[in-house]
Amino acid sequence: MTKAKPPKGLKGWAQGRSLWMLHFCTGCGAIEMPPTMTSRYDMERFGITPMATPRQADLLLITGYLTVKTLKRVIRSYEQMPEPKYVVGFGSCTVNGGMYWDSYNTIKRLDLYLPIDLYIAGCMPRPEAIIDGFTELIEGIKKGKFDGWIRYKENLEYYKRNQAMVMDIRKWSLDAELAERIWNEVQEERRKRFERATVKHVYELAERIPEGLPK
Amino acid sequence: MNAVGLNITWIIFMPILVIIIGLFYLGAARKITARIQNRYGPPIYQNIIDVIKLFSKKNPTNHGVMFSLGPVMAFSGMLISLLFIPIGNKALLSFNGDIIVLLYLLVIAPLGMALGVGEGGNPMGTIGIARALTLMLGYEVVLVISIISVILYTGSASFMEIIKMQSGGVGHWFIWPLFLSALAMDMALQGMLGEKPFDQPVAPHEVASGPMVEFGGKYLGLLQLYHAIGIVVETGIFVNLFLGGGTLFWWFVKSFAVFFVALLINAVMPRFRIGQAFAFFWTYPAAIGLIGLILVAILK
Repeated sequence: MTKAKPPKGLKGWAQGRSLWMLHFCTGCGAIEMPPTMTSRYDMERFGITPMATPRQADLLLITGYLTVKTLKRVIRSYEQMPEPKYVVGFGSCTVNGGMYWDSYNTIKRLDLYLPIDLYIAGCMPRPEAIIDGFTELIEGIKKGKFDGWIRYKENLEYYKRNQAMVMDIRKWSLDAELAERIWNEVQEERRKRFERATVKHVYELAERIPEGLPK
Repeated sequence: MNAVGLNITWIIFMPILVIIIGLFYLGAARKITARIQNRYGPPIYQNIIDVIKLFSKKNPTNHGVMFSLGPVMAFSGMLISLLFIPIGNKALLSFNGDIIVLLYLLVIAPLGMALGVGEGGNPMGTIGIARALTLMLGYEVVLVISIISVILYTGSASFMEIIKMQSGGVGHWFIWPLFLSALAMDMALQGMLGEKPFDQPVAPHEVASGPMVEFGGKYLGLLQLYHAIGIVVETGIFVNLFLGGGTLFWWFVKSFAVFFVALLINAVMPRFRIGQAFAFFWTYPAAIGLIGLILVAILK
């Protein structure tokens, strides 16, 4: 099997110059998008336009913290997008939890659950920072630098396992068989760990960070 | 022999030319809207980039045979309509009554879309296509009334005949004697082009881009091409009936001028509800068109 590669040449150039985004507006990042889109900063001059559905989108924008419940919807949306697709995380909430670092119902590190191509750090990033991040994304896509969806496919089991740690993936996954198997394994492991856990450990189990990132 | 060769070249290159020019129309539309909104706007060739990107997308979702045939049917329906439109005084298919045939062919494209969207099974798409067909019911009446008044005025139902009668300068254009019909048809054109205030079928904030909701990748690319041809065909009807056709260059200039008027209205208007839009078409434009028709019938 040949390894999938991100588009280059004419395809890569067209992909970079025409990014249709699905902005998943959770949290306060949503408020930074209107100034970026309207007359002062005008994102459309780079060919970036908001789209209504994931079927038409190339770019998934996570603008802020994600609760466990929202994460399901985000993953569902991401899996519906046609390839090549890119994910951009907005603000410190997607990097390490930000001000929600000790919240019981938000996820802290988004790249455990979805393959992030680019982070735009800040709390919240100003429109200038957003434009700067998008420019880097466009240049990178033209050179074939970003390959998030390929990583997601190759390490599907890793991502699904992490997702299963915080939510029920059985109804929400495209690969139903794999999801069912991983879900059962994770449940078994959780039960075992819970039996010998102290109160301190229970807290950590709410979101367990697995050992080692994918190669 | 040389003429036949030219004709064959024209048959092959005319649709490609129209598609490219139609995509430039769409790009210009985005640029002009951006300038009106005090933005810089995307480059004028942005829609060509979009189409290249859409066709290079991998594995877009497919819901079945009819789902993939729907956009093809919409595209080919518009392509067949294009054959009946004389562009630059050159019609591929021209006979007495081709205007009436064109009116029938224009319906193929929305029906093809309806079949494709139906298989997609998305409620947003169903609402969108229901709105599109309702809107069509509204503007077709106005369109037919104004076309009948042109046919009554000239005594001919052929585009080429009508263009010939208008030759000889701006004063001979039918927009002057048939001003009311032209006005009614321009209002209908706003609905045909799907510009505001008649963009209910694709309203992104209400029905998530309506009929296109399930289409992605190459299917959406095909729909973009269909839209690009559609603009040229729909403005072309107006140019041929009321603005006297013209050579290739002037034909496209006039066609863009008609589109430009629609764009300016689009940029400043909010959106009607579908019921309001339907009621609007059957009152003011229909009344203006009917008055025009009666005047033509009396004064002829």
